[in-house]
Amino acid sequence: MKHGILLHEPQDDVGVAVVDLKKGATVGALTLEGKAAGKVKLLNHVPLGHKVAMRELAKDKQVIKYGRPAGKAIAPIARGAHVHTHNVKTLRWSL
Amino acid sequence: MITAQNLKLTGYKRPDGRYGIRNHVIILPVDDISNAAAEGVAALIKGTMALPHAYGRLQFGEDLELTFRTLAGIGRNANIAAAVVIGIEPKWTERIVKEIKKTGKPVAGFSIERHGDLRTIEMASRKAMEFVQYATELRREPFPVKKLCMSTKCGESDTTTGLASCPTVGRSFERLLKGGATLIFGETSELTGGEDIIESRCVSPKVKEEFRCVFDDYTNLIKSQGVDLLGSQPTEGNIRGGLTTIEEKAMGNIQKIGRCKVNSVLAPAVEPKGPGLHFMDSSSAAAEMVTLCGAAGSVVHFFPTGQGNVIGNPMVPVIKLSGNPLTVETMSEHIDVDVTGILRMEMNLDQAADEALKVLERTVNGRLTAAEALRHDEFVLTKLYRSA
Repeated sequence: MKHGILLHEPQDDVGVAVVDLKKGATVGALTLEGKAAGKVKLLNHVPLGHKVAMRELAKDKQVIKYGRPAGKAIAPIARGAHVHTHNVKTLRWSL
Repeated sequence: MITAQNLKLTGYKRPDGRYGIRNHVIILPVDDISNAAAEGVAALIKGTMALPHAYGRLQFGEDLELTFRTLAGIGRNANIAAAVVIGIEPKWTERIVKEIKKTGKPVAGFSIERHGDLRTIEMASRKAMEFVQYATELRREPFPVKKLCMSTKCGESDTTTGLASCPTVGRSFERLLKGGATLIFGETSELTGGEDIIESRCVSPKVKEEFRCVFDDYTNLIKSQGVDLLGSQPTEGNIRGGLTTIEEKAMGNIQKIGRCKVNSVLAPAVEPKGPGLHFMDSSSAAAEMVTLCGAAGSVVHFFPTGQGNVIGNPMVPVIKLSGNPLTVETMSEHIDVDVTGILRMEMNLDQAADEALKVLERTVNGRLTAAEALRHDEFVLTKLYRSA
């Protein structure tokens, strides 16, 4: 398998690890249509199903997945970093 | 490619013209205290199934109406050949019997007061035996997709459900819709973040307005409690699987309806009036949602899962689809359709939908799903608020 990451839309900020990805590895990303979407060097271990930043994301920036905002960065996120609840929060339900 | 036209489906034609894919004789308690008698009948008479549940006493208003509608709807479901209803007193028992009777199928009610459990069990067992002998002589016959009513809801979702198993259902639903099937989806809370997409799919401004009302009611209920759902949406299982926010989860969830339009908005446990895709206001808890779908007439259910929700239902066969390789490997006995090939780019969505529809066809024709074989008989009523 040549790819380790899948993207819903070519311009998404984050991709999904489709196998367990190791820190330091350089991994290829594909769109769901099978088009190459570049390579990224992993800054963290990213387990199967978890997300990888495909580009640098500033704090408070909306995070795009499925071509739509899926949350916002609550900390600066580097390209290749693990993206999850520690650095992204919902845009909903802010009481 | 497998289309609605080349599916060869067989089922049991009921007197109301609907087709069931199972042929159950159920012993349905009206209330919690009639569970023992219902289970007593099921223990005596081979081929019957008791459906014990926790409610039915001192409920009131909309909550009571929903319990009545759910119990009657289960009895009316085409997977049910005949029903014996047992309640503590005759009046509410007869209310459910009357609704089931409208379908023309055999139904009888018994009440426990002034008889006791033992005499009730004897009387109900004689009737149940008669019903089983009736049901076991019924035969399957071919039926077209336009006579199929089915539902979908996903559970223990993760990022793979959005990539693979939910879009597989979406693609399958697009084909079934072309064949004139009746399809149900719901999960009001889990559309948060994608509700605008559902609105844009509604066939008319009226349906769109009805959807908005249902969604706003739910949002206001959460607000009225002074809480948010951050602790439960996404769930801990979702988070373990890589889902970070409710809007990310909702986008995965919505893949289940593919590019279908939404024909109507239904209150929980209400039967759709015609073919097409229908949104039913419902909890996102798996057992509650599938039970409500059964009460609305669904005879089979597509259930995409990521982390491995093991739910089943006693009346409605639940077909599990998963695209998560870890789940398919470690929980293989629960998975009916393996779509992990999508993650490896070895399978496209059309091929995945072919697999799902093949398993649907076999399930309709009598093959037990994993959940049926594993006795996952979760029958759970939705409770709207506390009883009096």
